[in-house]
Amino acid sequence: MKSSSFIKRFQLLMVCTLLDAFPSIAQQAAGPSGFSFSSASGLIWLLFALLMVTFFSVLVLRQKAEDIKNGHKRKSGKEQQHSFNAHIRNLNSKQISRLINYKRNTGKAKTLLILFLLLLLSGGTLWAQETEKPASGSIWNETGILITIILLLIPILFAIIFLIVKLTNALNQSKNQQNLKDAEKLASYLRSLPLEEIDTELKKRKKALDYRLNNKELTGDQPAEDEKGLLQINEQTGLPIVAIKKKALPRPNIDPELSRMILWYLGCATFWLLFGTTIGEYVGIKFVAPDADHVSWLSFGRLRPVHTNAVFWGWASLGMLGLGYYVVPRVSNTRLANMKFGWYALWLINAAVILGTLCLMAGINNGGGEYREYIWPVTLLFALGIILTLINFLQTIARRTTKEIYISNWYIVAAIIFTIVITLVAYIPYWQNGLGETIVQGYYMHQGVGMWFMLFTLGIVYYFLPQQLNKPIYSYSLGILAFWTQILFYTLIGTHHFVFSSIPWWLQTVAIVGSGGMAIPVIAGTTNFIMTFKGAWYKIKDSYTLPFFLVGIIFYFTGSMQGTAEAFRSTNLIWHFTDFTVAHSHLTMYGIISFFLWACIYAVIPRLTGKEAPQITIGAHFWLALVGLMFYTIPLMYGSTLKGLLWMEGKPFIDGVILMAPYWLWRAIGGSLMWLSHLFFAYNMYKMLAVRHVIDVRETAIQKLSDPNSSAHTIA
Amino acid sequence: MEFFDNHKKLFGTAALLFVALTTFVAIMPAIRNQNNNQPLPNAEPLSADAAKGKAIFIANGCVACHTQQVRNVDMDKIWGARPSLAADYADIHRTDLWRNTATLMGTERTGPDLTDVGNRQPSKDWNLVHLYNPRIVVKESIMPAYPWLFTIKKEPSKSDVVVNIPAQYLNGQDGKVVATRDALYLIAYLQSLKQTKLPDGTETPAFLYKKEEKKVAVANGAEPDGQTIFTANCQSCHQANGEGLPGAFPPLKGSPIVLGDDLEKYVDIIMNGYDAREEFGVMPPVGTNAQFTEHELAALINYERSSWGNNGKKVTPDEVKKILDFVKLKAAK
Repeated sequence: MKSSSFIKRFQLLMVCTLLDAFPSIAQQAAGPSGFSFSSASGLIWLLFALLMVTFFSVLVLRQKAEDIKNGHKRKSGKEQQHSFNAHIRNLNSKQISRLINYKRNTGKAKTLLILFLLLLLSGGTLWAQETEKPASGSIWNETGILITIILLLIPILFAIIFLIVKLTNALNQSKNQQNLKDAEKLASYLRSLPLEEIDTELKKRKKALDYRLNNKELTGDQPAEDEKGLLQINEQTGLPIVAIKKKALPRPNIDPELSRMILWYLGCATFWLLFGTTIGEYVGIKFVAPDADHVSWLSFGRLRPVHTNAVFWGWASLGMLGLGYYVVPRVSNTRLANMKFGWYALWLINAAVILGTLCLMAGINNGGGEYREYIWPVTLLFALGIILTLINFLQTIARRTTKEIYISNWYIVAAIIFTIVITLVAYIPYWQNGLGETIVQGYYMHQGVGMWFMLFTLGIVYYFLPQQLNKPIYSYSLGILAFWTQILFYTLIGTHHFVFSSIPWWLQTVAIVGSGGMAIPVIAGTTNFIMTFKGAWYKIKDSYTLPFFLVGIIFYFTGSMQGTAEAFRSTNLIWHFTDFTVAHSHLTMYGIISFFLWACIYAVIPRLTGKEAPQITIGAHFWLALVGLMFYTIPLMYGSTLKGLLWMEGKPFIDGVILMAPYWLWRAIGGSLMWLSHLFFAYNMYKMLAVRHVIDVRETAIQKLSDPNSSAHTIA
Repeated sequence: MEFFDNHKKLFGTAALLFVALTTFVAIMPAIRNQNNNQPLPNAEPLSADAAKGKAIFIANGCVACHTQQVRNVDMDKIWGARPSLAADYADIHRTDLWRNTATLMGTERTGPDLTDVGNRQPSKDWNLVHLYNPRIVVKESIMPAYPWLFTIKKEPSKSDVVVNIPAQYLNGQDGKVVATRDALYLIAYLQSLKQTKLPDGTETPAFLYKKEEKKVAVANGAEPDGQTIFTANCQSCHQANGEGLPGAFPPLKGSPIVLGDDLEKYVDIIMNGYDAREEFGVMPPVGTNAQFTEHELAALINYERSSWGNNGKKVTPDEVKKILDFVKLKAAK
């Protein structure tokens, strides 16, 4: 067809334009000023947008003209009869009564139906002309020519729009004329029908149309009763600011001592989240304002590890362990083996983070390996903490009253065992000279995130997600597959942080292959979670924990697959050493781990304390964290891709620093939103934890009744 | 499954698998690398000062932004003459009882790589000014300032190393800025970071992922961009406006050497460095370090002769080539 060849030509033209525009856009973005509408590339985008609008307008125009043409076609006799029958079938009750009346007084009535009163205005078919465009390359950098083309296009576009309006009117009028004619024909047809033939049929139809429910079919005439107490009636009427979500259900059978310990774990975790991200926020600001302070303890190089270690070992680790202390005894259907060990572990880990932070700020660190900055005496405290936890959990599982070991416990206990191994490998000095240190560092920094945070969190999610959805996990086998493949592949991938460095080439290749293999556990895990959601998606709208889970699942898939993508040699060329890695680690440690932890914390604490946080501040926490994370990561990924390309072109190094300035600013803005969300989270924690003595009127009244002294006195 | 219902078997198997993989992928390669690699024969061990400087480098977390590895890819060529080898790190051992080995390879390059910074930027004056506040010499830099590695003295003694800091960076303090020992140690460490030459007869490992179009461009007669070369190699001292820094680095704007007729001297200074004037810092052999070709040199000279109001005679690569060969010979003597 003519139009398809036209579309092809158009597309070709657009592709050429874009290809021409691209290098100049890349150059434009290289300066801190970035995109500007006064530049040639800006104009090309404007032109492109205008052309797109024109193109779609022309398509609409063409459709309209086609409609008008079809409207003028004549109907055959058979079609005519068919349409009459259809009209009669679709008459409404009022029309039927009028028709019957008419038929009864057939002599009197002259006209039956007056449906439309509109004038006819015949519309001519007009064709808009597409502007011819020169296809040479060089003029696309000439702003003068571009502006001229844009200025020419604007009136053409207006003309096309004007034509569309005109044609639409013409089309309506011609349609109405046609309808008028049809109505006349229908009227004369109805006139010609004998009364008896249609009377019974139409009356039956009218009765059917007039049928109404009396609203008592299901309830009957008895007043409503809620004998089983199933209904929860919201007594706060009026317009709610946030959607009303379901309240958490109280769980009476939790050991109050265990609850107290879990709450302490989660409370400490919240403190370290606030502390760690306040530091992180400040470090992010230093990218924009490097002279913010000149205090040695607050200098960038010292604070950066303070941030990462505080959120790793303080926030995420304590949060996970606290939730682990809830999950492990619960799925083993027994009590926790040793409460004292639990408290010792809490003290040890808190002490490790406090001492580690002070050491780092004082300039005492282990030698620069990421997440391995705490010196060994400090890490030893942490290690003792998790060794005590391991013993505790193993003893609890050993006395379980269930036959099988629920998958959560697989993940949680394995995570602790592996982390002890990882820590030993990282701190034992016998294989750390020269390149040995780098090989161990690669292994350590990735096992730390993959085997400690990811594995442990997955274990927690395998308990809380089915619980919050009130249905079993979709597939136990997928969980098992993910477990073993995670061990098999994740263990190999550490050295992908040192691709192209002087560590052995084969080791780099093993790491890259392992990173590819990570697709298996990630896809298995994601499928499992998403399929658990299946059939229960509607629950998201009245739950405030499920949105956190959903975000976690989405980032589990995207963040992990991004990690795989980053590992290849070709992508390493662009992204290695840039801020892309920083964006990736925030997508995963924040998007996956933190969101899952929040989901579980909001699920568990109301069960322990019987108090819930206000929905509006939970909502604020969720949205600020999510939007903040997007503002943080997307500009960083975009900017660092440009920076990597710049490096590959061999541009001066300082050009990359200048290029990144606006993206670093965006990162600071996103970071501020994330930080703000943590204030809301801390407030929510306070609301869920704080012991407030509000006298419950009903509860107190009942108590007074059963207490003879007080009630007797009051009455007397 | 029966097997998985026994917690000892289940967790035992998982732990065994993990430890086995760990041994294969981390411990064994680490031990093999530590035992089988020797430092290069002409590698110089760190001096006592430089070793103290390295401790300061570690304490302040400089590795967060500065890598010390030249990867075997073409884009890393600017950081060293050859890719880094396992041997380059072989002589790095455990720091002390409390602290682990610090190879300081790094995983992020927010700042430049430092593998060969001792050759690239040997000037002590520049390093001290830059350390006091990087924005004095590189205004777009986001590196932290380290004024706490300096003290302010009214009357510095003769042995004090006085650093020439512009008044606006002193925040109204009165006196001379004197480098502390820590600052001098740190600079000593930076100056010691030089890639060791491979022994004669050893084949230099290749840089991978070479850019093809560059060769094509040269073959077609396209000349390199002088401004890019200037930004990458000269700007941090002589500044983007060509005015240098008073008391530290001489201006190129209106410079008699840039605008004069003595092309040989001009090329000699670029290629072999310069230290003839007391009031300015020492210029390192920038051209030799960066391995300038006659095309790059001509582009650079032409850029310097036509910028900031300079209006000197243009040179061609052929003119430069002759002088370059001569200057290289002179340097070899």
